[in-house]
Amino acid sequence: MHREKIDRIITEHRQFLDQFNHHVFVCSGLGCPRNDEIRRALERAVQTQHLQDAVLIRKVGCMGLCSAGPLVLIQPQELMYQGVQPEDAEEIIASLGKSPIQRLLLPADLAFFTRQHKNVLRLSGRIDPESLPDYLVAGGYQALLKTLATLQPPDILRSIQDSGLRGRGGAGYPTGLKWATVAKAQGSPKYLICNADEGDPGAFMDRSLLESTPHAILEGMIMAAYAVGASQGFIYIRAEYPLAVQRLKRVIRDAEQNNLLGHSICGSNLNFHIQIRLGAGAFVCGEETALIRSIEGKRGLPRPRPPYPAEKGLWGCPTLINNVETYANIPPLITHGPEWCANLGTDKSRGTKVFALTGRVRHTGLIEVPMGMRLREIVDDIGGGLTEGHTLKAVQTGGPSGGCIPAALLDTPVSYESLNELGSIMGSGGMIVIDETSSMVDIVTYFMAFCRDESCGKCTPCRVGTAQIHNLLIKFQNHRATMADLEMLEWLCDLLKNTSLCGLGQSAPNPVLSALRFFRREFLDCIATEQAHEEVKP
Amino acid sequence: MTTPILTLTIDGKEVSGLATETILQVARENGFSIPTLCWLEGLTSVGSCRLCMVELRGSTALHPACITLIQEGMTVTTSSERLLRYRRAIIELLFSERNHACAVCVVNGHCELQSLAQQLGLDHISFPGLYPALPVDASHSRFVMDHNRCILCTRCVRVCSEIEGAHTWDVKDRGIRSRIVADLDTPWGDSTTCTGCGKCVHVCPTGALFEKGKSVAEMFKKPPALPYLKATRAQEV
Repeated sequence: MHREKIDRIITEHRQFLDQFNHHVFVCSGLGCPRNDEIRRALERAVQTQHLQDAVLIRKVGCMGLCSAGPLVLIQPQELMYQGVQPEDAEEIIASLGKSPIQRLLLPADLAFFTRQHKNVLRLSGRIDPESLPDYLVAGGYQALLKTLATLQPPDILRSIQDSGLRGRGGAGYPTGLKWATVAKAQGSPKYLICNADEGDPGAFMDRSLLESTPHAILEGMIMAAYAVGASQGFIYIRAEYPLAVQRLKRVIRDAEQNNLLGHSICGSNLNFHIQIRLGAGAFVCGEETALIRSIEGKRGLPRPRPPYPAEKGLWGCPTLINNVETYANIPPLITHGPEWCANLGTDKSRGTKVFALTGRVRHTGLIEVPMGMRLREIVDDIGGGLTEGHTLKAVQTGGPSGGCIPAALLDTPVSYESLNELGSIMGSGGMIVIDETSSMVDIVTYFMAFCRDESCGKCTPCRVGTAQIHNLLIKFQNHRATMADLEMLEWLCDLLKNTSLCGLGQSAPNPVLSALRFFRREFLDCIATEQAHEEVKP
Repeated sequence: MTTPILTLTIDGKEVSGLATETILQVARENGFSIPTLCWLEGLTSVGSCRLCMVELRGSTALHPACITLIQEGMTVTTSSERLLRYRRAIIELLFSERNHACAVCVVNGHCELQSLAQQLGLDHISFPGLYPALPVDASHSRFVMDHNRCILCTRCVRVCSEIEGAHTWDVKDRGIRSRIVADLDTPWGDSTTCTGCGKCVHVCPTGALFEKGKSVAEMFKKPPALPYLKATRAQEV
């Protein structure tokens, strides 16, 4: 019965889309400047040129190449225009079906697009984020329907375990194992949380996914709820992401109205509801136990684990908590089967990973690559190399919890293990390219200031240690440090790593430690010489 | 259902405890001393001061004894050279965070922070003092809150919320800017929820909370009353 309704929506929407000779896609994310104006200008141009029956202007999610934005994509020719301004609208509409506008055209074979392997981003920039029919026509919710009709929860758990998928929030915990633990946990009700509290400087993967394909996140969550037996879900998202929040609200309502959420979903015996919880922008609330307390309405402070949320989470009940990108991986994984994911990536890090590529590369933006791709390929091919006249110094991965990988080790494959070996982490996927003009001391001071400000203040080492480390780094910046300061810096980093209560404090020294490992010379150069001391003495 | 009794080894000695007991409880029952500041019998454990960290065989990470439940066959080390170094450093960090000049402190001689520093052989601190400019709240008729001596152990917050049931105290801001506040950051004397019971004063391990009109010699605190209070109330129910 329900299937028929969905098929009808698909048929009708496909007929509607097929009426038009040209589809013009305009990015509608928060990242691209003036994209709303551009869309309106294009719509006006369609009116003035009387092409309403032939041309459809559509707002879509992020197309990835932010440095060339705003982007406009023309279908079916697959032409992509870069740096579009509202003034270009008339010309773009007039050129439809004729020769493309050369000055705006992006080369079709740009490595930024051809070298990627899009899985969770496959629909990003191709569908209207807020349109349920668009998502359905693109094959959305088929994985859910298949799941509800043909699979039992243990089948899904087995698929996820066989795929080798690991949590995309940063730590890389095996997703299948986590799901199986929650499925087995005693206690009722069971809760499900989507961690959308993305706070790393330079990272916008989750925001972009939520803004571009919010239905895909819901679909992943519903399937997870079915697999682990959860009845209530929460999306914890920071209030700084207003567009993502607005779109989530819209798609939750649409999904509820079409029986894809709520009571007896698609006629099955699955009941699952989703609510949104807004975070006030505390970095520590991305840590799962702090996030849970925040949803409970308390001050967002982490607590020691065990017990893990899988056993005792929200209001003491078993809780499954995964990151946005992890849920986004679920529908394609069920559609294509676990082998498909297992065949991508490396032995222990499977599938693809979304990165926010920023810094001093020519092409910045949102990318998705198979795990195991070398950093050099990401920087040189996808990123298009460094901006003119600059040389690469390091790549910072994992944000304030990560580290810097020096240019000499650029052939490192991107996987959880290889990054860990270098003292960095995958993190949620921020990747900042650093050139020779930047000082590593400045960069780590910035990250430590971030951690000091974002420490919740509960445990002593993190609360006081981050402040002490930051003060020491300022001494280095001012060239007033001594060898004793360097020793103290290393000792404090060791202390924080080993004694802090949660991941924030434990990983806060990572940027400093990796900079000390690969760029020690820069720290030594900041140490005041004996002579310098003599000079400042009265 | 009876609680299982487990056996484990602490510092080479075989001991036993109930499955519901923490490493700290079992260790103290058996005469091992593990330092604590945020932990207090009768209050919920938060594991925030990080002084009670112990080593467990088979795990490279350190574990807070106050909150880690014992397990069958567990091998615990409570005082290795590494642990002592970390504990000393944590005490040093606490001393460096605010102003802890013992010689002019009202609880000199009755302070848990001071005694721990003495026990660990601390005679100076290697980290530079941060000395934030902090107020002293003497607006209450009987008690004083001196933020300069506060170590944010949150015992006052918990005792007021869990035992007295008033929840006058809480923490505002975060990180190094965290401060204990009464009600919604109002002077203690203006607090409409404070019952003036003084429990917070008596559980405070330092001179942050103290009674007015008492000499240094009289300023000892009486936290051991808590378990007794809790037990009697449980019987009443």
